[in-house]
Amino acid sequence: MSENINCIAALNMALHDALETDPTVIVFGEDLADPEGGGVVGVTRGLSSAFGDQRVRSTPISEQAIIGAGIGAAIAGMRPVTEIMLMNFTAVAMDMIVNHAAKLRFMSGGQTHVPMVIRTMTGSGMGNGGQHSDYLEAWFAHSAGIKVVTYSSPSEAYGLLLGSIFDDDPVIFIENLPGYFVPGAPPVRGTVISLGHANIMRAGSDITLISYGAMANQALLAAENLSREGISAEVVDLRTVAPIDFATLLSSVDKTRRALVVHEAVRPFGVGAEIAAELSEKLHGQLKSPIRRLGGAFCAVPFSKPLESAHAPKAADIEAAVRSLF
Amino acid sequence: MNTKTEGVAESLPDKASLLDIYTRAVLIKANDERIRAAARAGKMNMIYYSPRGQEIIPSAISVHLTNADYITTIYRGIHDQLAKGVPAKLIWAEYAGRSTGSCKGKGGPMHITYPDVGVLVTTGIVGSSMPIANGLALASQLRGDGRVTVAYFGDGAANIGAFHESLNLAAVWKLPVIFVCQNNRYAEHSQFEKFTAGGNVSNRAAGFGMPGIRVDGNDPVAMWRVAKTAVDRARSGEGPTLIEALTFRFHGHLLGDDGSYIPPAEMAAARAADPMPRFRTLLLTQHAADEAALRDIELAADRAALDAQEFALSSPWPRTSELQTDVFGGPSSIPTIKVFSRPSVAP
Repeated sequence: MSENINCIAALNMALHDALETDPTVIVFGEDLADPEGGGVVGVTRGLSSAFGDQRVRSTPISEQAIIGAGIGAAIAGMRPVTEIMLMNFTAVAMDMIVNHAAKLRFMSGGQTHVPMVIRTMTGSGMGNGGQHSDYLEAWFAHSAGIKVVTYSSPSEAYGLLLGSIFDDDPVIFIENLPGYFVPGAPPVRGTVISLGHANIMRAGSDITLISYGAMANQALLAAENLSREGISAEVVDLRTVAPIDFATLLSSVDKTRRALVVHEAVRPFGVGAEIAAELSEKLHGQLKSPIRRLGGAFCAVPFSKPLESAHAPKAADIEAAVRSLF
Repeated sequence: MNTKTEGVAESLPDKASLLDIYTRAVLIKANDERIRAAARAGKMNMIYYSPRGQEIIPSAISVHLTNADYITTIYRGIHDQLAKGVPAKLIWAEYAGRSTGSCKGKGGPMHITYPDVGVLVTTGIVGSSMPIANGLALASQLRGDGRVTVAYFGDGAANIGAFHESLNLAAVWKLPVIFVCQNNRYAEHSQFEKFTAGGNVSNRAAGFGMPGIRVDGNDPVAMWRVAKTAVDRARSGEGPTLIEALTFRFHGHLLGDDGSYIPPAEMAAARAADPMPRFRTLLLTQHAADEAALRDIELAADRAALDAQEFALSSPWPRTSELQTDVFGGPSSIPTIKVFSRPSVAP
C-alpha cells in the first residue's frame, strides 16, 4: 500500500507523465517554471528542470496572450497545457476562450481544432475574497465547444488531467484551492480517465446526490451521515461538468426518484439549474419530490471568516436539504 | 509620406516578383469588384468588408511566404486570404453560405479557414489575430520548422489590450512572427489620429524592443522590401517585427457604409492615388510586362472571379444536421502513458 499523496503531487505526476509521453505536450503560464518558483502552490514544480525551458515556460501576466498562444499552438498540432492562475482571471481572457478556443472547430467546418487545457484554481475557504474564489464553470458550460472538468480526489485529479490533456477539445480544468492539500490514495500511474463519464462514488436507492469537485466530498460525507438515519443516498461525481453525462444521471434518478444537485458556484443560472431542468423534463411523473439545488450564496465570495464559511454549502446543509424531500 | 526605412533590405524585387505581386493584387481587386456587384444585385446576402485599396500589402508580403507559413487575419481579410493562395471559389462559396465553402458555410465571410495554404484563423474580433499568431509561431519555434507567421490587423486593433500583450510575449519569447498593421486611416468610423495617441503604430514597437517599420503599403517596391526584411528576420530566429503599412479603403467599413465620416477631399485624394493603376504604370515603365501580358493577367483574374461566383451560387446549401457536427470532436485516442521515472520534487 503506497502512501497517501495530495492533489498537488498527483497533478504534478500527471504533468510529468504527459510531458514524458508526448513531445507535443507543452506547459505555460504565470510563474510556473522553476526559476519563478514552479507555480504558486507547486503544481508545476520540477517540470521545467526535467523537460527544459522551451516546453515548460513562465509567461508575463498576460491572460489573453497566454490563451491566444495556447490556441495557436494547439491549431498547429501541439497539446498545450496553459494555466490561468485563478479562475476569476479567466474573465480577462474570455474573448480568447469563448470566441476562439470553443468555436474554431465549428466555425472552420472541422478543419482546425484546439486540444488545449486551461488549468485554473479557485474555491472559497482561503480568505481570498471576491476576485480570487469564484466557481465560474457555468460560463463555460454555456459555450458550445469547450469542456469543463474537475476532480474530487488525488487519483481522480491525475486521471482526469491526463484525460483532459489527451482530449481533442479545449478543456477548462478546475483545481480546488483548499482541496489541493487534502491527502488521498495515490493514483495508479498511467491510468487515464477519459472525459464524458460521471462516476458513481457511492451506490444508494433513495436519492441521488449530484455534485463535482471538492463539493462531491461534502455530498459523500452527507450520504454517510444520512445512512445512519436510514436514508440511502447515491452520490454521483460528474467529473466532466460539460458536456454532462446525462445518461448516468438519468439512470440513477430513474432508480432513486429523487435528486439534489450541489455545487459551490452560485445557484441562479448554474449547472444545478440545467441538471434539474433536464431531469424534470425526462423523468416528470416518476419523481417522488421536486429536484432541489444547493449552491453558493448569490453574492461575491466574502472575506470575513464567518461569512466565507457560510457562503458555500456544507455536508450539514446537504443533509437538511435531503431530509426536506422525504 | 512619413515612413522610415532604416534597417530595411537594400535589395529590390526583380521583375518576376513584381509581376507576382501584381497578379495577386489583381486577383483580389477582381474578386472584390465581382463580390460587391453580386451583393448589389442581390445574388448573395452577407456582411462584407471590402479590401479595395489595400491589395498590395498582403500581395507583397505573400511572395515571401510559402504555403507552409501561417497567417491569421480579420474580418476584412479576403485580400490576405487570396494573396496567400486560398482558392477564390472556396471563399465565394463560404460567403454564399454553401456546403462547398472553405468552412462548409459554417464560418461565413468573417471566418475563412484554409490550412492547406496556412490560413488558420480569420477572426471577427478586433485585436484577436495577434495572440493566436503567437501560438502558431511558438509551435514553429519549438519544432524548428522554419515557418513564419504573419498576423494581420487594422489600425483600430493597435488600441486593444491584446495588441500590447501579444507584442510583449512575442518579443520576450523571440517568436518568428510578423505583426502587420494595415493602417487604412479609419477604425470603423473613427479617424486614426483622433483616437490613436501618438498618431503612429510602428513607434510602439520600440517599447517592446522590436523593430517597428512604417511603410507606404500602397507602394509595391517599398512593401516588398519591408516584408522581406521582416520575413528574413523571423525565419532566421531573430524574432518579431511590427510593420505599419499605410493604406486606405475605398468602400468604407462594410458594404453599405455611406462614408459620411470621411472628408470628401480625403476620399478624392485617396482615389486619385489608387495603388492599382499606379502599379500597372510602374510595371509598364519598368518593362516588367507589356500591355498584352497585363491584360491577360487581368482577364484571367476576372474569369477566375466569375468562375468562383458560378461555383458558389450553383453549390448546395449545408444540411441542417451540420448544427450537430464539429461542435466537439469524436472520441479522442489516448496514448499509452509513459510514466516519468525521475522522482517528483512536488510538495
